[in-house]
Amino acid sequence: MAHVIDRRRNGGNESAVNRARFLRRYNEQIRRAVRDILADRSMKDVEQGGNVRVPRKDISEPVFRHGSGGDREIVSPGNRDFVKGDRIPRPQRGVGSDSKAGTGESEDDFVFALSRDEFLQIFFDDLELPRLERDVLLGSDEQKMVRAGYTTAGAPNNLAIVRTMCNALARRIALRTPLRRRLDMVAQELTRALEQNRPECEVTALLQRVALLQRRLQKVPFLDDFDLRYRNLITVPAPTARAVMFCLMDVSASMDESKKDLAKRFFTLLYLFLTRKYEHVELVFIRHTGDAEEVDEQAFFHDTRSGGTVVLSALQLMAAIMHARYSSGWNIYGAQASDGDVFGADGGKSRSFLAEQILPLTRYFAYLETADPSGSRVSPLWVEYQQVNAAPGSFAMRRVAQRGEVYPVFRELFRAHARLSTP
Amino acid sequence: MSFISAGAEWDFDLIESYERAIGKCAAAYGLDTYPNQIEIISSEQMLVAYAGVGLPVGYPHWTYGKEFIRNEQAYRKGYQALAYEIVINSNPCVAYLMDENTMTMQALVIAHACFGHNSFFKGNYLFQQWTEADAIIDYLVFARRYVMGCEEQYGQAEVEAVLDACHALSRHGVDRFKRPQPLSAKNQRAREDARRVHEQHHFDDLWRTVPGRGPTTSIGTRRDFPAEPEENLLYFIEKHSPKLAPWQRELVRIVRKIAQYFYPQVHTKLMNEGWATFWHYHLINRLYDERLVNDAFMLEFLQSHTNVVRQPGFDQRGFGNINPYAMGFAMFQDLKRICADPTPEDRRWFPEIAGTDWRKTLDFAMRNFKDESFIGQFLSPKLMRDFRFFAIADHEAETELFVDSIHDESGYRRLRKLLCQQYARETYVPDVQVVRYERDGDRSLTLRHFQHGGRPLEINEAEEVMKHLAQLWGFTVRLEAVGATGKVNTVLECAG
Repeated sequence: MAHVIDRRRNGGNESAVNRARFLRRYNEQIRRAVRDILADRSMKDVEQGGNVRVPRKDISEPVFRHGSGGDREIVSPGNRDFVKGDRIPRPQRGVGSDSKAGTGESEDDFVFALSRDEFLQIFFDDLELPRLERDVLLGSDEQKMVRAGYTTAGAPNNLAIVRTMCNALARRIALRTPLRRRLDMVAQELTRALEQNRPECEVTALLQRVALLQRRLQKVPFLDDFDLRYRNLITVPAPTARAVMFCLMDVSASMDESKKDLAKRFFTLLYLFLTRKYEHVELVFIRHTGDAEEVDEQAFFHDTRSGGTVVLSALQLMAAIMHARYSSGWNIYGAQASDGDVFGADGGKSRSFLAEQILPLTRYFAYLETADPSGSRVSPLWVEYQQVNAAPGSFAMRRVAQRGEVYPVFRELFRAHARLSTP
Repeated sequence: MSFISAGAEWDFDLIESYERAIGKCAAAYGLDTYPNQIEIISSEQMLVAYAGVGLPVGYPHWTYGKEFIRNEQAYRKGYQALAYEIVINSNPCVAYLMDENTMTMQALVIAHACFGHNSFFKGNYLFQQWTEADAIIDYLVFARRYVMGCEEQYGQAEVEAVLDACHALSRHGVDRFKRPQPLSAKNQRAREDARRVHEQHHFDDLWRTVPGRGPTTSIGTRRDFPAEPEENLLYFIEKHSPKLAPWQRELVRIVRKIAQYFYPQVHTKLMNEGWATFWHYHLINRLYDERLVNDAFMLEFLQSHTNVVRQPGFDQRGFGNINPYAMGFAMFQDLKRICADPTPEDRRWFPEIAGTDWRKTLDFAMRNFKDESFIGQFLSPKLMRDFRFFAIADHEAETELFVDSIHDESGYRRLRKLLCQQYARETYVPDVQVVRYERDGDRSLTLRHFQHGGRPLEINEAEEVMKHLAQLWGFTVRLEAVGATGKVNTVLECAG
């Protein structure tokens, strides 16, 4: 008689461990493949996750096997018109010199799908917000449970069995030892009494005492209420890092489609990175032409609008919002993207406003300039910003001209523990 | 009698009824089996089982992740269908059935795996001698715990390095001729403890102070070690590696023991599948004869069965190699025919079995042979004609390939011999053995590849393997090759 067992519900994810190990083991190759993908894909696709291609030879496991050469005979089925002694020209690579040929092993690449999470994980694996400080207690409502010794009351699932058993054992020893000692004495006396043929009543009394003591010994319980100990858990406020990122984008007329695309790619990366890696990061989207306005995500990434350029307006709006909403207990970050085409005094004013009003309050400010694909021309804003004299690691500026450069520059700007400074 | 089932849907009661009905037929044919344990799994779980080379419990390692991803990808895209079942050589015999199968398929699989493979596992001499059905699951659980324990203690990277190296050599972890020790981690450890205690008891520091006669071995009298070449590379490393820590030795042992568990499967693929196919064919037909299954069931069964035993010719689409199901099934059918209804040719070729009781003869064949010897003993001229076998010779000295022999009167014996060789281990696993360990010198290890037919190793891959070996050994390792002329060349050297 067979046992029939339904295993379909067990262990849905038995392969997860080994899969994770495979990804870790070939981290280098996979990362390279993932980064190659970004160069020619739109951000939307990146968010979907997707196929990764790793050269098969990089991940093969070697064994001793036969190479080509030497003598061998191969028996195959399906002869139609060969007879003994027929000669056949040798195919280029020798028939069957690779015994695996035909089983599909000859593919060059190992292709597999990464989930969205794995994809982004690899994307942002060693990036973080620079100089982030964890502010304890500052308005944080995060709580976490920590162990804090033992208590005598609690829920059964928190029962500390070892501790309880220690108590029970100690109690049993303490209560039983004197009883045992007396029992021994009485028992000895009883033996003597029997040997010396003492009177019946005396023996009966002793027997009764033995019985009484034995009863009392038995009554010492194995486990008593006051042996019970429970693991004590208390809640403490968890340190959290609160951060806000200001995204400042220039959407003026001089930003043509390709430049806007570069800027949007950059901010999309930033957005994905922050929402994925940090739970408590707020995002403020500011776009500006001649004047600045705060917009929501949807408008920021998808609205088309254009006009003149006043960078200062955006910086001023950022400062205003900072003071109004994020005045204390926040890590403040800023990222600005622009083509740097400013007129007249705007550049100089923006520089001094940034240096005096904003940088002292922010942890890190990054400026991304979307340059012309051809361009080695230095923009007025770039020239101004180069003169910003900020604390090391708190201000960085980079230029991108090609789609493919966005991701490397982004990595550079947010590399973990990197020392950043103005070039 | 009425039909057991009518539709394509299966349920647990039906599976049990079929198992009982097929079990009755099997008993009538005298099949001796382990008790069955049938487990229903999903396709995802089947993929997991695939990745773990069919073992129900495995230690964690990236290579299984890779296999899983590869199979999953192939399966999702429809390049590859999943097997209908996986069966494990254990006692009780565990068979995994996929929940996507129809009732007919489940019945076929029960007949194939739970009675065909099962009786083969229980009866065949290789399985009896090289594996222990009672102990394997426990051993796998032990292995998994041990590997995970090591990871905790020494780090994943350390463990992975050892396992990677062992996997590269796992095909060389089998004693082909010695009966291996019974699988018991407990006994092994008990032995080691006893030895340690003995050493402690007999340690006497005084002996060190007694004026001795100097070193007893001089260069001249030093004997080669090992005295005989050792083909079990992993065993040799486990026992003699100068540098491995005890836990690393145990890991080597685990890989070796698991490789050994698979050894019989590799060498009886054709027989095992042939036997199981032969029996599912007979058992299901008997169900039909007893009017327990209906015509629709039978048609679906026959369609699957003929798919399984299809053998495309070498020049046809879908030709992989010789299909073990097709050839195994054909050979057992042919054996039955020779016994029951021999032709004069059969009487000439197989005088000792022609006309005997087919059940006894098949049972004898199943118990006492492996693929290589089975073909050597029982491949009949009729079957060679049916399969239209021919042999192509690929010789290095010749500029062209030539047809060595075909299925005709002059070629039968030669063809059978060549086919037999094709299933010999040396054909696909190069014969590499330990020939020298400089115990008293630089501790280097020398392997020798005994070439068959002058076939060399794939050199780039061999170099990678040697690097793994050097890492396990800790000192210089060398690879020599010796061909038909007996001349020994050093092929590779890898510093430890």
